[in-house]
Formats: sequence, structure tokens, C-alpha cells
Amino acid sequence: MAGVKRGLAAAALFVCLWQALVVFGDLPAFILPGPVRVAEALWKNAGLIAWHTGITAVEVLAGLALGTAFGAATALLLAVSQMARYLIKPALVATQALPVFALAPILTLWLGYGIWSKVLMAVLIIYFPVASAFFDGLMRTPPGWLDLGRTMGASPARLLWRIRVPAAIPSLASGLRLAAVYAPIGAVIGEWVGAAGGLGYLMLLANGRVKIDLMFAALFVLAALTLLLHRAVGWACDRLVERID
Amino acid sequence: MEQAPAIAFTGTARFDAHQLFPPVSLEIDSGGWSCLLGPSGCGKSTILRLIAALETGVTFEGHIRPSDGRQLEGRVAFMAQTDLLLPWLDVIGNVTLGARLRGEAVDEDAARALVARLGLGAHAEKRPAQLSGGQRQRVALARTLMEDRPVVLLDEPFSALDARMRAEMQELAAEHLSGRSVLLVTHDPGEAARLGDRVFLLDEGGMTEAVPPDLPTIRPVDDPETLAFQARLLRALREGR
Repeated sequence: MAGVKRGLAAAALFVCLWQALVVFGDLPAFILPGPVRVAEALWKNAGLIAWHTGITAVEVLAGLALGTAFGAATALLLAVSQMARYLIKPALVATQALPVFALAPILTLWLGYGIWSKVLMAVLIIYFPVASAFFDGLMRTPPGWLDLGRTMGASPARLLWRIRVPAAIPSLASGLRLAAVYAPIGAVIGEWVGAAGGLGYLMLLANGRVKIDLMFAALFVLAALTLLLHRAVGWACDRLVERID
Repeated sequence: MEQAPAIAFTGTARFDAHQLFPPVSLEIDSGGWSCLLGPSGCGKSTILRLIAALETGVTFEGHIRPSDGRQLEGRVAFMAQTDLLLPWLDVIGNVTLGARLRGEAVDEDAARALVARLGLGAHAEKRPAQLSGGQRQRVALARTLMEDRPVVLLDEPFSALDARMRAEMQELAAEHLSGRSVLLVTHDPGEAARLGDRVFLLDEGGMTEAVPPDLPTIRPVDDPETLAFQARLLRALREGR
């Protein structure tokens, strides 16, 4: 509750400063619309924004699910196979030298204007943080637990599922929290490059038609969506850490 | 439980060119407690880990011979300085960990009975974080007993406890581990004096055996002979024999 109160207080302060900047800076609405105008745009275009929000949300959630699955699977593979560590890990790090954003036009070319190029973009962005955080956790099992497991006669597979994986859940959770914030970035970048719907598409469209208030309204909804997602993933991670096994 | 074997350990260990300990020889009698006493870093935990067939990073030359000639693998239970309880399992879950790691059926009734016998009946459903240090070490003892192995290796399991709790745990362990062949690695002369049927001292120079008083273990804390033996062990530790 304290976090919500603090968030509301910070938001109120931000809105006041914003309004003050518009009034005292004498800024025209097509440069920076005030909060009231943006709220009006949000209200008037609620249906339109909701439609585009739905598209972005689907992209983000699909990207999050697939990215988490691929990232976690990669981490498990790396953790159990020395050969995979030898072959895949350097390649994995090298892919991070490539700016993922630069791939967006290619993905659109390959997968078209539908949601899949955006889903893949989100997957690419969150794949590495999820894989890397989970892998670190899997490799940092306290050695005493592994000793104990070995004297108890555990097979490597049971050691992995009963000790190493549960012990790495907090690390996976921190990767997922990052992923929740990164995934919308991926989806929106994909929409900017070429899309028929979504909040990023709507922002670009509104910007081109100098409907800056609508653009800000979409931006506001995007931020809210990301915060909501971050909270939801955080909550799910907390539950997961609380009761693994 | 099967008859506990005696174990004879002889050999030397080195890290690359550096010798960790010279040729030494240590014995654990069948159903008896051998205490291995020495300063930190002298290699006493390495000896325990070698017997447990755990990773040590040293090159070992020598042999570890159980008196019945059978492999030790699968017949050893291990208890460390930290309780090694898994924080996501409750007391019963931790006590029955071994069965689950081997994919065997979990005998929860036996675990509950054991936990109750160690005075933890009211805490069976609690997670380790809700227990005190002494209670956690008791759960670790229950987990060790649940394994029901003839050989038990204890790597300073009581050293992190306060004096009162340590004495209690020593008595509890002596009572419940009777009949098993136990190796206790410790740096506490008092502990070795109370618990050791045989006491071995290890330092850079090698290993010597000290003969404890002719009293059955666990010896009373205030027995003059035991106290004198404890003092002798301490002097030997300080003077390097």
C-alpha cells in the first residue's frame, strides 16, 4: 500500500510540473499538450486506444511467454551440458553485440506486418536477460547442497530438478522482472517499423497527423501497461519463490 | 540396520606440488566414534570428503578400506557445519529429502516419528527460516538419521552453536548415532574429549593418536579425567604436538 501511495504522490507531482511547464512556458499544444488535453484525448478515443492496447498486450504477453520458455530452456541446456557451454555460450554473448533494434526491419520483411514480427522482437529482447539470469542461478547452487545430494545418492537429473532449479528460482525471477519491462519496448519498436495496429503504430500515426495529445495518451497507456505487467510478473515471481516444490 | 563397518584410511594428499598432509593413517572402529582434531586448513575436512567420495580438488594417494570389503558408496550419511536445509521445504520435506532425491517412496510416518523423537514435533510443518539455529541443526540430525546409514561423517556440525546448544546436540547425536561408525571432524578439543572413542590429531607435521580416558562416551563435561584430556589435546594443538 505504501508503494501505491508513493507512486500516486509522484504521479501527482509530475502532473503538476507538467501543467506548470505548459502554462508558464507558453507551449503550443502541438509541441506539448497539457495533462488535461491528454486526459480528454484519452477519454474521447478510449475505444480506439483500447483496441490498439489489446494488440500490443497480446504481442507483449506472447513474447514474454515464448522468450521466457526459450530463455529458461537455454539456461537448463547450458547448465547440464558442458558441450553446450563450450559451443553456445560464446555465440549467445556475441549476439548481444548486435543491436536488436536494427533487426526490426528484417523481422518485418520476413514475418510481415502482423503480430509475429513484434512477438519475435520481444522474444529477442528478453531472451538474453532471462537465459543469463537463470543460468547464473543454476551455476551458483550452494556447493554444500550438492554435496549433500550426492552423498544421498541423487542422480544428476534429480539433483537438477529438486535442488538446482528451485535454488535458481530467485535468479530466474529477477530475469523475469527485467523481461516484463523490456518486452513492451520490443513490441513497440516492431510496431514502429511496420504494423497495422498496436500502441506504437497509433503513436506514429498520431504523431504524423500532429495529434500530439493522442500520441501522449497512447504513451501514457503504454507506460501503464508496462507498470501493470511489471507488478503482475513481480507478484507471480514472489508466489513462485514462496512455494516452489 | 546392517553391521557398521570399521574404516581404515591411509594416504597422503597434495594440491599440485604442494603437500596438504604427509602420509597419515586414521581408523574408525565398527560402531565407534573417531574424532579428527586439528587447526583450520590442515586438511581434516579433506579426509572426511575423501571418505565421503566428494569433490576435493586434491590428488590422493592411498586407500580407504571398509572392514567388510564392500564399497562405501551409498552407505554414508553426511552432516556439515551449516545445516544445509533447503529453505523451500518444510521440516518433514527436508528430513525426507534423501528418499525423494533417489526417487524412492517417502516414509512420512517414520519421518514424523523421528522429528518428534528429536523434540521437533510441533515444528514439523515449519520452514527452516522459522526455526532457531539449534532447531535447524536438529532437523539436519533428523535428516541424517532418516538416511539410516551405517557410516556417518560429521564435519564440525556443532561449531556454529552456542555452548549450551552444542552440549545438547552432542548428547543427542551420541544417543541417536550409537551403533554406527562415526567420523567427527572438529577443531574443538572439548568436543573430541567428550565424544571420541579414538582421537586423532592432524597438523602440517602429520597425524598422531591421543588416547582418551577409559570412560564410555559420551563423557560428562565435568569429569576430571576428561577435562585433563581436553587440556592435553589443547596443548598438543597449540604446540603442534
